[in-house]
Amino acid sequence: MSWVVFGGVAATMLTGAVQVARSDDLVHAIFWLAFTLVGTAAGFAMMQADLIAVLQVMLYTGGVVTLMLFSVLLTRRLDSARASVASVGTSSGLFVAIGFAVLVLPAVFTSALPDGTPAIADSAAVAESFLTRHLIAFEALSVLLLAAMIGAIVIARRKDWGGEW
Amino acid sequence: MVIPLSAWLTLAALMFACGLYAVLTRRNALALLLGVELMANAANLNLVAFGAAQGSYEGQVMALFGMALTVAEVAVGLAVVIQLYRRHKDIRIDAASELSG
Repeated sequence: MSWVVFGGVAATMLTGAVQVARSDDLVHAIFWLAFTLVGTAAGFAMMQADLIAVLQVMLYTGGVVTLMLFSVLLTRRLDSARASVASVGTSSGLFVAIGFAVLVLPAVFTSALPDGTPAIADSAAVAESFLTRHLIAFEALSVLLLAAMIGAIVIARRKDWGGEW
Repeated sequence: MVIPLSAWLTLAALMFACGLYAVLTRRNALALLLGVELMANAANLNLVAFGAAQGSYEGQVMALFGMALTVAEVAVGLAVVIQLYRRHKDIRIDAASELSG
Protein backbone atom coordinates (compact mmCIF):
# COMPACT_ATOMS: atom_id res chain seq x y z
CA MET A 1 0.00 0.00 0.00
CA SER A 2 2.68 2.49 0.96
CA TRP A 3 4.52 1.62 -2.26
CA VAL A 4 1.46 2.66 -4.25
CA VAL A 5 1.41 6.01 -2.46
CA PHE A 6 5.15 6.36 -2.97
CA GLY A 7 4.75 5.66 -6.67
CA GLY A 8 2.15 8.40 -6.96
CA VAL A 9 4.29 10.87 -5.06
CA ALA A 10 7.39 10.00 -7.07
CA ALA A 11 5.53 10.29 -10.38
CA THR A 12 4.15 13.69 -9.35
CA MET A 13 7.55 15.00 -8.34
CA LEU A 14 9.48 13.69 -11.34
CA THR A 15 6.86 14.78 -13.89
CA GLY A 16 6.96 18.26 -12.42
CA ALA A 17 10.76 18.31 -12.26
CA VAL A 18 11.17 17.25 -15.89
CA GLN A 19 8.64 19.82 -17.03
CA VAL A 20 10.37 22.57 -15.01
CA ALA A 21 13.56 21.73 -16.85
CA ARG A 22 12.14 21.64 -20.35
CA SER A 23 8.81 23.49 -20.55
CA ASP A 24 8.73 26.16 -23.26
CA ASP A 25 6.51 28.50 -21.29
CA LEU A 26 7.89 30.15 -18.17
CA VAL A 27 4.49 30.38 -16.45
CA HIS A 28 3.88 26.69 -17.12
CA ALA A 29 7.31 25.89 -15.69
CA ILE A 30 6.44 27.77 -12.50
CA PHE A 31 3.19 25.85 -12.08
CA TRP A 32 5.03 22.59 -12.69
CA LEU A 33 7.43 23.62 -9.94
CA ALA A 34 4.43 24.10 -7.63
CA PHE A 35 3.34 20.58 -8.62
CA THR A 36 6.74 19.19 -7.63
CA LEU A 37 6.79 21.11 -4.36
CA VAL A 38 3.37 19.82 -3.33
CA GLY A 39 4.51 16.30 -4.22
CA THR A 40 7.54 16.83 -1.99
CA ALA A 41 5.25 17.96 0.83
CA ALA A 42 3.33 14.69 0.43
CA GLY A 43 6.67 12.85 0.63
CA PHE A 44 7.53 14.68 3.86
CA ALA A 45 4.16 13.68 5.27
CA MET A 46 4.91 10.05 4.37
CA MET A 47 8.11 10.31 6.40
CA GLN A 48 6.15 11.50 9.47
CA ALA A 49 7.51 15.03 9.06
CA ASP A 50 4.16 16.79 9.37
CA LEU A 51 5.59 20.17 10.37
CA ILE A 52 7.92 20.27 7.37
CA ALA A 53 5.12 19.21 5.04
CA VAL A 54 2.87 22.05 6.19
CA LEU A 55 5.70 24.59 6.04
CA GLN A 56 6.65 23.35 2.57
CA VAL A 57 3.16 24.12 1.28
CA MET A 58 2.99 27.47 3.09
CA LEU A 59 6.49 28.75 2.28
CA TYR A 60 7.12 27.34 -1.18
CA THR A 61 3.82 26.80 -2.85
CA GLY A 62 2.27 29.80 -1.16
CA GLY A 63 5.24 32.14 -1.03
CA VAL A 64 7.95 31.32 -3.54
CA VAL A 65 5.65 30.37 -6.42
CA THR A 66 3.60 33.54 -5.95
CA LEU A 67 6.80 35.59 -5.84
CA MET A 68 7.99 33.93 -9.05
CA LEU A 69 4.71 34.68 -10.81
CA PHE A 70 4.91 38.33 -9.77
CA SER A 71 8.45 38.49 -11.11
CA VAL A 72 7.26 37.12 -14.45
CA LEU A 73 4.57 39.80 -14.57
CA LEU A 74 7.11 42.50 -13.77
CA THR A 75 9.71 41.40 -16.30
CA ARG A 76 7.73 39.94 -19.18
CA ARG A 77 8.07 41.43 -22.64
CA LEU A 78 5.23 40.18 -24.75
CA ASP A 79 7.13 40.00 -28.01
CA SER A 80 9.93 37.73 -26.84
CA ALA A 81 8.29 35.98 -23.92
CA ARG A 82 8.37 32.55 -25.52
CA ALA A 83 11.72 32.79 -27.23
CA SER A 84 13.50 33.93 -24.09
CA VAL A 85 12.99 30.68 -22.17
CA ALA A 86 14.53 28.58 -24.92
CA SER A 87 17.18 26.15 -23.70
CA VAL A 88 20.69 26.19 -25.12
CA GLY A 89 23.29 23.44 -25.14
CA THR A 90 20.70 20.79 -24.40
CA SER A 91 22.86 17.83 -25.39
CA SER A 92 25.79 18.77 -23.17
CA GLY A 93 23.37 19.69 -20.36
CA LEU A 94 21.72 16.30 -20.71
CA PHE A 95 25.14 14.65 -20.65
CA VAL A 96 26.07 16.35 -17.37
CA ALA A 97 22.69 15.65 -15.73
CA ILE A 98 22.70 11.96 -16.71
CA GLY A 99 26.36 11.73 -15.75
CA PHE A 100 25.47 13.07 -12.31
CA ALA A 101 22.73 10.49 -11.88
CA VAL A 102 25.03 7.68 -13.09
CA LEU A 103 27.66 8.75 -10.55
CA VAL A 104 25.32 9.14 -7.58
CA LEU A 105 22.83 6.29 -7.95
CA PRO A 106 25.37 3.42 -7.58
CA ALA A 107 26.51 5.04 -4.34
CA VAL A 108 22.90 5.06 -3.13
CA PHE A 109 22.46 1.36 -3.81
CA THR A 110 25.83 0.09 -2.59
CA SER A 111 26.12 2.05 0.67
CA ALA A 112 25.10 0.63 4.02
CA LEU A 113 22.21 2.95 4.78
CA PRO A 114 20.38 3.26 8.09
CA ASP A 115 16.99 1.67 7.79
CA GLY A 116 15.00 2.56 10.89
CA THR A 117 11.38 3.52 11.13
CA PRO A 118 10.53 7.24 11.05
CA ALA A 119 10.06 8.85 14.44
CA ILE A 120 6.49 9.82 15.16
CA ALA A 121 6.16 13.48 14.27
CA ASP A 122 6.61 15.71 17.25
CA SER A 123 6.53 19.38 16.34
CA ALA A 124 7.10 20.34 19.96
CA ALA A 125 10.45 18.50 20.00
CA VAL A 126 11.53 20.21 16.76
CA ALA A 127 10.54 23.61 18.13
CA GLU A 128 12.30 22.96 21.43
CA SER A 129 15.54 21.93 19.75
CA PHE A 130 15.49 25.22 17.85
CA LEU A 131 15.56 27.07 21.16
CA THR A 132 18.07 24.80 22.90
CA ARG A 133 20.54 22.75 20.84
CA HIS A 134 20.38 24.88 17.71
CA LEU A 135 19.85 28.27 19.33
CA ILE A 136 22.94 29.97 17.89
CA ALA A 137 22.28 28.69 14.37
CA PHE A 138 18.67 29.82 14.74
CA GLU A 139 19.70 33.34 15.75
CA ALA A 140 22.29 33.51 12.96
CA LEU A 141 19.57 32.46 10.55
CA SER A 142 17.31 35.28 11.67
CA VAL A 143 20.14 37.76 11.11
CA LEU A 144 20.71 36.26 7.67
CA LEU A 145 17.02 36.61 6.81
CA LEU A 146 17.09 40.25 7.92
CA ALA A 147 20.18 40.87 5.78
CA ALA A 148 18.57 39.15 2.79
CA MET A 149 15.41 41.22 3.23
CA ILE A 150 17.33 44.51 3.38
CA GLY A 151 19.50 43.43 0.48
CA ALA A 152 16.51 42.49 -1.67
CA ILE A 153 14.85 45.86 -1.00
CA VAL A 154 18.03 47.82 -1.74
CA ILE A 155 18.75 45.89 -4.94
CA ALA A 156 15.21 46.03 -6.29
CA ARG A 157 14.35 49.63 -5.44
CA ARG A 158 14.24 52.28 -8.12
CA LYS A 159 17.21 54.61 -8.31
CA ASP A 160 14.93 57.63 -8.68
CA TRP A 161 12.83 57.16 -5.59
CA GLY A 162 13.85 60.59 -4.24
CA GLY A 163 15.58 59.51 -1.03
CA GLU A 164 18.93 60.58 0.31
CA TRP A 165 20.84 57.41 -0.57
CA MET B 1 5.69 -1.37 5.55
CA VAL B 2 8.11 1.53 5.35
CA ILE B 3 9.64 2.92 2.17
CA PRO B 4 13.42 2.29 2.37
CA LEU B 5 15.82 5.19 2.46
CA SER B 6 17.37 4.28 -0.90
CA ALA B 7 14.04 4.91 -2.67
CA TRP B 8 13.87 8.46 -1.33
CA LEU B 9 17.53 9.07 -2.18
CA THR B 10 16.97 7.85 -5.74
CA LEU B 11 14.00 10.17 -6.12
CA ALA B 12 16.00 13.12 -4.77
CA ALA B 13 18.96 12.34 -7.04
CA LEU B 14 16.73 12.29 -10.12
CA MET B 15 15.09 15.55 -9.08
CA PHE B 16 18.54 17.11 -8.52
CA ALA B 17 19.58 15.96 -11.99
CA CYS B 18 16.52 17.72 -13.48
CA GLY B 19 17.43 20.90 -11.61
CA LEU B 20 21.04 20.63 -12.77
CA TYR B 21 19.86 20.28 -16.37
CA ALA B 22 17.64 23.35 -15.99
CA VAL B 23 20.47 25.43 -14.52
CA LEU B 24 22.88 24.39 -17.27
CA THR B 25 20.59 24.91 -20.24
CA ARG B 26 18.30 27.80 -19.36
CA ARG B 27 19.30 31.30 -20.39
CA ASN B 28 16.34 33.05 -18.78
CA ALA B 29 17.31 34.11 -15.24
CA LEU B 30 13.89 33.20 -13.82
CA ALA B 31 13.91 29.74 -15.38
CA LEU B 32 17.41 29.29 -13.98
CA LEU B 33 16.15 30.14 -10.49
CA LEU B 34 13.47 27.47 -10.91
CA GLY B 35 16.25 24.94 -11.46
CA VAL B 36 18.04 26.12 -8.32
CA GLU B 37 14.77 25.63 -6.43
CA LEU B 38 14.53 22.05 -7.66
CA MET B 39 18.05 21.29 -6.48
CA ALA B 40 17.44 22.82 -3.05
CA ASN B 41 14.20 20.87 -2.78
CA ALA B 42 16.02 17.63 -3.53
CA ALA B 43 18.55 18.44 -0.81
CA ASN B 44 15.75 19.05 1.71
CA LEU B 45 14.14 15.75 0.77
CA ASN B 46 17.46 14.01 1.45
CA LEU B 47 17.81 15.69 4.84
CA VAL B 48 14.35 14.62 5.98
CA ALA B 49 14.82 11.12 4.57
CA PHE B 50 18.13 10.56 6.37
CA GLY B 51 16.65 11.89 9.60
CA ALA B 52 13.61 9.66 9.30
CA ALA B 53 15.73 6.58 8.59
CA GLN B 54 17.62 7.19 11.81
CA GLY B 55 14.41 7.61 13.77
CA SER B 56 15.28 11.16 14.77
CA TYR B 57 13.82 14.58 14.10
CA GLU B 58 17.21 16.28 13.59
CA GLY B 59 16.78 15.94 9.85
CA GLN B 60 13.61 18.01 10.08
CA VAL B 61 15.51 20.75 11.92
CA MET B 62 18.16 20.81 9.19
CA ALA B 63 15.47 20.84 6.49
CA LEU B 64 13.86 23.88 8.14
CA PHE B 65 17.21 25.69 8.07
CA GLY B 66 17.59 24.71 4.43
CA MET B 67 14.12 25.99 3.55
CA ALA B 68 14.76 29.35 5.21
CA LEU B 69 18.07 29.71 3.36
CA THR B 70 16.44 28.85 0.03
CA VAL B 71 13.67 31.37 0.53
CA ALA B 72 16.20 34.10 1.36
CA GLU B 73 18.19 33.17 -1.73
CA VAL B 74 15.10 33.35 -3.93
CA ALA B 75 14.14 36.77 -2.56
CA VAL B 76 17.58 38.21 -3.36
CA GLY B 77 17.68 36.40 -6.71
CA LEU B 78 14.35 37.84 -7.78
CA ALA B 79 15.47 41.33 -6.73
CA VAL B 80 18.53 40.90 -8.96
CA VAL B 81 16.30 39.72 -11.83
CA ILE B 82 14.08 42.79 -11.49
CA GLN B 83 17.10 45.11 -11.45
CA LEU B 84 18.51 43.25 -14.46
CA TYR B 85 15.26 43.89 -16.29
CA ARG B 86 15.34 47.59 -15.41
CA ARG B 87 18.84 48.04 -16.78
CA HIS B 88 18.79 45.81 -19.84
CA LYS B 89 15.07 45.36 -20.59
CA ASP B 90 15.97 41.67 -20.79
CA ILE B 91 16.34 38.92 -18.20
CA ARG B 92 18.44 36.54 -20.27
CA ILE B 93 21.66 36.10 -18.35
CA ASP B 94 23.73 36.80 -21.47
CA ALA B 95 22.46 40.37 -21.29
CA ALA B 96 24.50 41.02 -18.17
CA SER B 97 28.04 40.69 -19.47
CA GLU B 98 29.68 43.78 -17.98
CA LEU B 99 31.75 41.71 -15.58
CA SER B 100 32.95 39.15 -18.12
CA GLY B 101 36.53 39.81 -19.06
